[in-house]
This record gives sequence, C-alpha cells and structure tokens, in this order.
Amino acid sequence: MSFDATYKEKKLKSVGTRPLRPDGVDKVTGRARYGADFNMPGQLVARVLRSPHAHARIMRIDVSRAVALKGVKAVITAADLPDLTNGNAALYAILDNCMARTKAFYDGHAVAAVAAIDAKVAREALKLIEVEYDVLPHVVDVDAAMAPDAPLLDENLFTQGIDPAPTTPSNVGNRSEFGHGDVESGFAKADVIVERSYKTEQTHQGYIEPHACVASCNVDGTAEMWVCTQGHFVYRQTCADLLGLEVSKLRVTSSEIGGGFGGKTHVWAEPLALALSRKAGRPVKLVMSREEVFRASGPTSQTSIDVKIGATKDGKITAALATLRYSSGPYADSWAETGAMTSFACYDLENVKTVGFEVIVNRPKVAAYRAPSAPMAAFAVESAIDELAHKIGMDSVELRIKNAASEGSRSSYGPIYGPIGIGPTLEAARTHPHMSAPLGKNQGRGMACGFWFNFGGQTCTDLNISADGTVTLAVGTVDVGGSRASLSLIAAEELGISYDDVKAVIADTSTLGYNDMTDGSRGTFSSSMATISAARNAIVTMRERAALMWDIPVEDVAWEEGHAKAVGASYDNRAPLSVKDIAAEAGNTGGPIAGHSELVADGAGVSFGTHICDVEVDPETGATRVIRYTVIQDAGKAVHPAYVEGQYQGGAAQGIGWALNEEYVYGADGRLQNPGFLDYRIPVCSDLPMIDTQILEIPNPNHPYGVRGVGETSIVPPLAAVANAVSDAVGVRMVHVPVSPPRILAALNAKAKG
Amino acid sequence: MRYERPGTIEDAVAMLAQASGRSFVLAGGTDLLVRMKSDDFDADLVVDIKAIPGMDEIAETADGFAIGAAVSCAELAENSALVSAWPGVVEAANLIGSTQIQSRCTMTGNLCNASPAADSVPALVAADARVRVIGPNGTRTISAQNIPVGPGKTSLEKGDIIDAILLARPQPRSGDAYLRFIPRTEMDIAVVGVAVNLTLGADGSVQTARVALGAVAPSVILSEEAARTLIGTKLEAAALGALEAACSAASIPIDDKRGTVAFRKQVAGVLARRAARIAYERAGGK
Ligand SMILES: Cc1cc2nc3c(=O)[nH]c(=O)nc-3n(C[C@H](O)[C@H](O)[C@H](O)COP(=O)(O)OP(=O)(O)OC[C@H]3O[C@@H](n4cnc5c(N)ncnc54)[C@H](O)[C@@H]3O)c2cc1C
Repeated sequence: MSFDATYKEKKLKSVGTRPLRPDGVDKVTGRARYGADFNMPGQLVARVLRSPHAHARIMRIDVSRAVALKGVKAVITAADLPDLTNGNAALYAILDNCMARTKAFYDGHAVAAVAAIDAKVAREALKLIEVEYDVLPHVVDVDAAMAPDAPLLDENLFTQGIDPAPTTPSNVGNRSEFGHGDVESGFAKADVIVERSYKTEQTHQGYIEPHACVASCNVDGTAEMWVCTQGHFVYRQTCADLLGLEVSKLRVTSSEIGGGFGGKTHVWAEPLALALSRKAGRPVKLVMSREEVFRASGPTSQTSIDVKIGATKDGKITAALATLRYSSGPYADSWAETGAMTSFACYDLENVKTVGFEVIVNRPKVAAYRAPSAPMAAFAVESAIDELAHKIGMDSVELRIKNAASEGSRSSYGPIYGPIGIGPTLEAARTHPHMSAPLGKNQGRGMACGFWFNFGGQTCTDLNISADGTVTLAVGTVDVGGSRASLSLIAAEELGISYDDVKAVIADTSTLGYNDMTDGSRGTFSSSMATISAARNAIVTMRERAALMWDIPVEDVAWEEGHAKAVGASYDNRAPLSVKDIAAEAGNTGGPIAGHSELVADGAGVSFGTHICDVEVDPETGATRVIRYTVIQDAGKAVHPAYVEGQYQGGAAQGIGWALNEEYVYGADGRLQNPGFLDYRIPVCSDLPMIDTQILEIPNPNHPYGVRGVGETSIVPPLAAVANAVSDAVGVRMVHVPVSPPRILAALNAKAKG
Repeated sequence: MRYERPGTIEDAVAMLAQASGRSFVLAGGTDLLVRMKSDDFDADLVVDIKAIPGMDEIAETADGFAIGAAVSCAELAENSALVSAWPGVVEAANLIGSTQIQSRCTMTGNLCNASPAADSVPALVAADARVRVIGPNGTRTISAQNIPVGPGKTSLEKGDIIDAILLARPQPRSGDAYLRFIPRTEMDIAVVGVAVNLTLGADGSVQTARVALGAVAPSVILSEEAARTLIGTKLEAAALGALEAACSAASIPIDDKRGTVAFRKQVAGVLARRAARIAYERAGGK
C-alpha cells in the first residue's frame, strides 16, 4: 500500500507529551524478564572455554575427558560448526569469532563449549578439555600492527583499495577515501594550519546486562531461541545461516534488554547455544559472565588519527585532511571507513579529504557502539578545530558557525544536505547561559559538535483493535530506549485515542514480518512510520465499518479526531462514531479490525549536536571532575521529550566515561588486564553533574511528524568536548583519550620541564 | 563446599584447624564471596564468624578500643567516641566501596584480604593498631602492620582468627588522616593511599609522626624517612616539601591497569602533604 511519508505540520495532542513508560513498573519491581530470566524444562547449562593467549594456533583439542564426565550432555568445538558461509567473508568472520577454527586470535576467543546438567559440572568439564596451542607473536596496538615488522594475523590479507594492489600481506584490510576539491591548493591558501596526531583507546559499550539466551533445537528441524538482542530477526538470520537451519523454522523471541548500545546487534555465543542444544537434544541456557563480556564481546575500535586543517585569518577553513586508522579486532571490517565519512560532516568545506585504514589486531572483534566510529573522528577533528580557533584568536563557536554546513551544502562524504541542525545547535550554544557561566580556578570549558547519519530500513508493524476499542501494537524493532512509549503515542495520535488505550509489544520472529534491528537510531523513526501507516490502514477499515453501520457510502465517511463522521448535509443528525463504537460492532460488520504495514523507511534525517563541557582539574593529581555539561541536539520531533532527553544524557554520560577513564588495558602478554567494572571505569552516578539538555526540532522532511533518530549523536561530541575542556583547564593540548589522571599529570610534567 | 556458622570462637578455631582442604573465615564477604564466583577459586570450608557473641561490638577499654572482627565499617562511623579518637581510621574504612559495601564489610576483612590497595590498612598502621589473634595455640597480640606480607598473603597460620582490632587511646594533641586517589568518586580501588598520624608538643611542633603508604608496594609501607621530615616542624613549606619527596622516594609501585609508576610516586607525595595538613589540624595545630 502506498504511504506518503512527507512531513506535514499539524497540531498534535499526544506526540510531544511525557506519559509514564509502559515498561516502568515491571522494571522497578523486578518482573521484567531479561535474557537470563527465561527457563525451559530440562534445560542444560552451557559454558565456553576461551583462549588464554592473544594469538595462537590451535594444534589439538581433546574433549574426551570432558565428554566422559558425569552430567555432561554435549561438548562442541569448531568441528561441530561446519563452514556454511559459502565465501561470504563477513559471515565467516562471525563464525570464526563465535568459535576459533584454526587460530585463537585474542585473549578470550572461544575454542570449545560444553552443556551440562548444572553450572558446577559445566565448570568442571571446561577444566577437562585439553587444548594444545602453538603460541604466536601478537600485536594489540593499532599503530604497532601497521608497522612493517608487525606479527601478521592473516598471511593472506592484502590491503584492498590501493592501486596497484600490494604484493605483500599486512594487517591492513582496506583503504577508503572520501572528499572533494583539492586539499593541497586549499592548504596553500591558508594563513594558519593546525596539524596533529590523536589517539583513542578501545572502550566497551558497558551494557549492564550480559549476553544471555536459551536455545532449543528440536529433532524435527525447528528451533526456538529466547535471547537478549537488539535485533531478533537479524539474530535469526545469522544463526540460521551459520547452523544451516531454515529461517522460518527458527523462532526467536527477544527479551527485555538491559542495554545494548550496538553490542547486541552482533551474535556472540548464541550460535554455540543452538549447536549445543542440537547436539544434546535438550534446551541449553548460556549466560556470559562479565569477564567474558569484556574479553569476548563488543568493544569499539582503538584509533590513531592525523588531522590537518588550514584556515584564513578570518576563520574560513580552506582545506581539511584526516587519516584515520581503526582497529577492528582480528577480522577486517569497515570501521575506519565510517570514521572517514563522519569526520568533517559538520562543515561546509571546499577542499576535504579523509582516508581510512582498517587494521586487524589481536583484540576482540569490534562491534558497533552508538554512532560507531564517529566519536573518535569527532574527537580528532573537533580538537583540531578548537586549536585552530585558539591560533586564529577567534571564539570557537564563531569559527564553527562560520564553517557550518547547511541545507544545500555538499557533505564531506558525498550527499547534498537537506534541512539540517548543525547551524541552529551552534546558535543555541552561543546564547546558552552555560557559555557565560563563570569559571573558577583550575576550571576549563570546551565544546564540540557531532554528526550521525541515522538509518531507516525494513520495518513491519501490526496494529490490532480489540472489541473494547483499545489497541495492541506489535512491532519488530526491539525497544532499547523507550520506543514502546513513543510508538504508543504515535498510534494514539493517529487514531485520536488516549495513550493509555494503546499497548505496544515486541513481536517474535514468527508472528511478524522481518524487521531490521534497532540500530542506527532507527527504532522510533522507522517503526513510527510503520505505525502511522498501519494506523491509517486501520482507519480505512474503520471508515468502511462505520459506513456499514450507518448504511451510507464510504466516501461519505470522514475520519476526524478519532471519530468517523458522516459528511454531507443529509447526515447531519448522526453522532460521530468513536473507535470504541466501531470496535464494539466489529463482529457484526466484518470481523476484527486491524491495520498492517510493511515498508522500507527511507530518508532518516541526519542528526547534529553541540555539547558544552566545564571541568575542574586538580593540577597536582590530574583528577578531573565534570562540573557542568550541556547537550544541544536536533531531534526533528521529540515524540516523548523525556526519553529524548534521556538519550541525550545517556550518550553524554557514556562519552564522558570514554573521555576520562574507560579503556581496555592489555598486558605485555596480550591479555586483557581489566575485564570487570572495578578496573574498567565507567562513570558512577556521583561522577556526573546533572546533564542539561536542549531539544531543537528541525523537522525531517521525510517523516510525517518530522522525526529524526536521536539515540546516537549524543555520544559523538563528548570526547572532544571533555578533552577541549581539560586542555583549557590545564593549558596543555590533550591528544590521547581517555585523558586519565596519569596522562594529564604526565602532560603537565612535560610542560613544566618545558 | 561446607558452610559453618559456629557460636563460639573456640569452635571456629577448631573447625579451621582441623580442616583438610582450603578453608576461609567469612566476615562481611565482600572480598571472599566475590572471589568465590571466579572460576579459578575453590573453597572447601567457609567459617562464618558473625554469629559469635561479641564479634559485632566495639568495646571501649581503659587502654582504648577493641573493634570486634565482625563490626561493619558503617558501624564504625556511628560510634562517636571512636570517630573523635581516630577520625583517620574511620574515614579510611568509610571510603571502602559504597554505602552498600560499607554496611557489610569489616576492617579485619580488609586487613586479612591483604590487598596492597586496602584502604583501612594504611590508616590502621599509622595509628599503630594491633590485632588480637586467637589460634589453636592460644591468644596473641601482634601489630596490624605484620598481618599482610604480600598481595593476598598474610602471616596468619592455619586455624588463626583475628577476633578484634585494638586501637590505643590517642595521645593528647594528636590527630590522624587518610587520603586516597581514585579516578572516580566512589566504587574504585585506591591507586595511592596515604595515612598520617601526628602528635604535637605543647608548642605545636610535631613530636611523633607515623606515615603509612598504600598501593605503592606489595604491602603497606610505614616510612620512617617520611615521618622524620615532620618531627620538630610545624609543617612549614620546607617540611611538607621534604615529606612529599620522602614519600615519593619510599614508594616502589608497579605499572598496572590502575596507574603508572611515575603517577603513583608523584601522587603519593601530594597526598602525604595534604593528609599531613589535615592530621595536623585535627591535632590542634595551626
Ligand atoms: C564493590 C566493591 C568495592 C570495594 N571497594 C573497596 C575499596 O574502595 N577499598 C578497599 O580497601 N576495599 C574495597 N573492596 C574490598 C572489600 O570490600 C574490603 O577489602 C573489605 O574490607 C573486606 O571485608 P569483609 O568483611 O567483607 O571481608 P571478607 O570478604 O569476609 O574476608 C576477606 C578475607 O579476609 C579473611 N578474613 C576475614 N575476617 C577474618 C578474620 N577475623 N580473621 C582472619 N581472616 C579473616 C577472609 O577469609 C578473606 O580471605 C571492595 C569490594 C567490592 C565488592
């Protein structure tokens, strides 16, 4: 059915209000069922054996003693997961990451798994598995991995995207390039040039809920999985591909989710749980420990980035160049490419060039993390812009305003922008009271901008109207940030009913058509579009039913404010029919009333944000406290403003943690030193000030209500905003994130020495 | 694994002494229970001492305080006599973890866990605390400083249980203080910790000093060189500078996930200077 998604301004009743969240009571009373809260009769407990080595060839695995242990029902190795990937390198990487096939590529790489009657037996069984390793030289650092003499992870990896193609293998999987104009001539026109190298350390999404699932394979070829995921349809597809199952015979139900931030868009141990269940013939529950989550799931890239920016004395940027090196774990991926695309997206540049290198290292396979790859690029670029402003002697907001992209600008990654929010967020920052708040001793202020694409994608939604006129909405995008509330508001708005009369649920993969996962800030954008379409389809039906009830032509029935109204002078005396009136008669007018929708949500509007940060640094210890923080971001339309503010604050909080303390620390042996929340330091509540937010609404022309994705952009500016503030406070340019106390103190000592 | 909750210290000692496998005393459990979840840890016997009468009491004696081994760190802060006598010890114990952790954990557990970064230990050592140990061969009193001998290792022998930490009644014109460095505001492990305990003469100059450093060596350091820099001074700039240098020099830390050698040495000096000032003011110095 054709659906007109263009934005139309209209007065809204439900959208834009702040009702209570529908999942709130369950969550605060402990009734919400997360991944580990599901159990099946006869279920076994799975545990995974992981490599203690950063890089080692697996010479031999002997599982016989584990198999013989009483209570062990299945033991699997890579041999139980035959390669069905058919030359698909990305799928092969997932397979190999789930269970090492020939080599263990990082500390924590799975090499075998067991299913046993309880956790104690499973743990005992792991100790009985003998693995003979040939330990190889390893490399964990992105720059070291690019050195000519670096240990090679893959002797058959020849960098793509280079002409002529290299004849020797390296740890660089791919080179990508974006931009336009001629940077050399642009630099020639510059009065001032800033050129620096930056580094960011690897961080984890830090979701509080570890990966967990229950898998059950039946002898008839059907299977079920209950799992904590951001995309159960995608998990279904990937698991079916890896295990050779028919997609429709694998039913996946997503649990409530305790955070994902991109880390639950990839499968980790789920295929192992299915393989164990298949072998054991019983349901298998697999819950990763916190240590396993850190060692073997989802970190972001470690990066090394060079930036060069030139400008005239009056602050017009004449050329911008960035070289970005992103680690991707042991398998080549496209993280640097994304970084290269986003680097200069905030600016309207005549001459711009970005080059990305995908670097493989002996660390876990990199996963998406909230606006993946953009925060690091923004850190480097926004630090350089800050320095440029200082060098020119211009206010850093003014400098950015002068160069900001606007409608019609050609973005550095290609497309021409429509209406966008970078200019307005900067204008809002200029006049924000935060900008003029007085700073005390040892305090500093920084600001930075950020960009994220946002995605749309495949979406399918069912809207069912019950006999009492209340509505259930079944969506297929997992609710990771409050989308059930937002989608209920949207349905209420379209149908003209109360928010309380709508109940949204996440349908499983067998009860709804395919949905892409909740990533790319697409959940509310795409599912609201499908919800609007489904509601409008239901309205078509309700008009038909009203026409039947009134026995008049359907053309004479209009839909206004939640009611069918008979139009035309002859029907004047008919009272409008509400949704409840029509629903009550449904059994007599043609049966249940529903609206369905399937669509590809195109035109997700790009999103921009500007952050301002004040810090206080103890110059004797390098301890940093964030004392004031403001997020200004374009939401297109804030459907549920409290949730939008929550997204702004959450992204800022994660970014502040990344900027100040979070990092993967590896020992000389290539083993992760801090796989736990004690030493992987995410901010605790008392570390953060109240994060102030300002929502701008520049409607997305491609959505009926103007909605843009809001979930990710907020993590893009903080690294630079915090680092710029610290640099301002201590008078030294901080170029290595996290700007932890030892790094700050070392920089201050170096400055004191001159 | 066997869990026991004896009602007398004698029973507890006997159980531990007779145990064949790996046996542990359980106080608050904030170290032990966490370790027990790890795959590389096995316990055969756990003896919970919290049901033994008197273990959860702070007794004030003629000599000072006897803090039962099951007294939670939160309870220390509720004892006003102890707070005014040993503010540095109490503030150290109340930096451990968070409110939830403090209402479970004990100073004895902190001491016996023998972590180089334990927060209450430098404060106990600066306060010259002793511990009463009850073992198969009777009762003995030893210096708290001698309990931890290296990371995770104590001088206690099979069957030994500490039943109380003993703190003397403080001298007139004395004060103690503890400061630690963590990158966050709470729920973190000390990167450096420094405790200072001073006694002043009638003229306000320092008569005795004890300076203890945590997290900068395999176990707590009581630095006599550092203490000497303060004796006879009123914490003038030169004295504080000397203290800072002495503490940095006395520190022999490692590079690890929590901090670097250079950082720890430097910050040990900074914190010593700051803690000394607080202790001096608490002792009545101006
Ligand atoms: C989240 C969290 C945060 C923490 N933060 C800090 C912190 O900031 N600073 C810090 O120093 N520590 C911290 N810790 C560690 C821990 O809380 C402390 O070391 C605490 O003081 C231990 O006391 P407990 O009573 O819980 O010890 P337990 O866990 O009961 O015991 C610890 C060890 O001491 C032995 N033991 C206990 N009592 C006796 C006794 N009477 N005689 C002989 N042996 C005994 C036990 O067998 C065990 O080996 C933290 C722990 C957690 C979980």
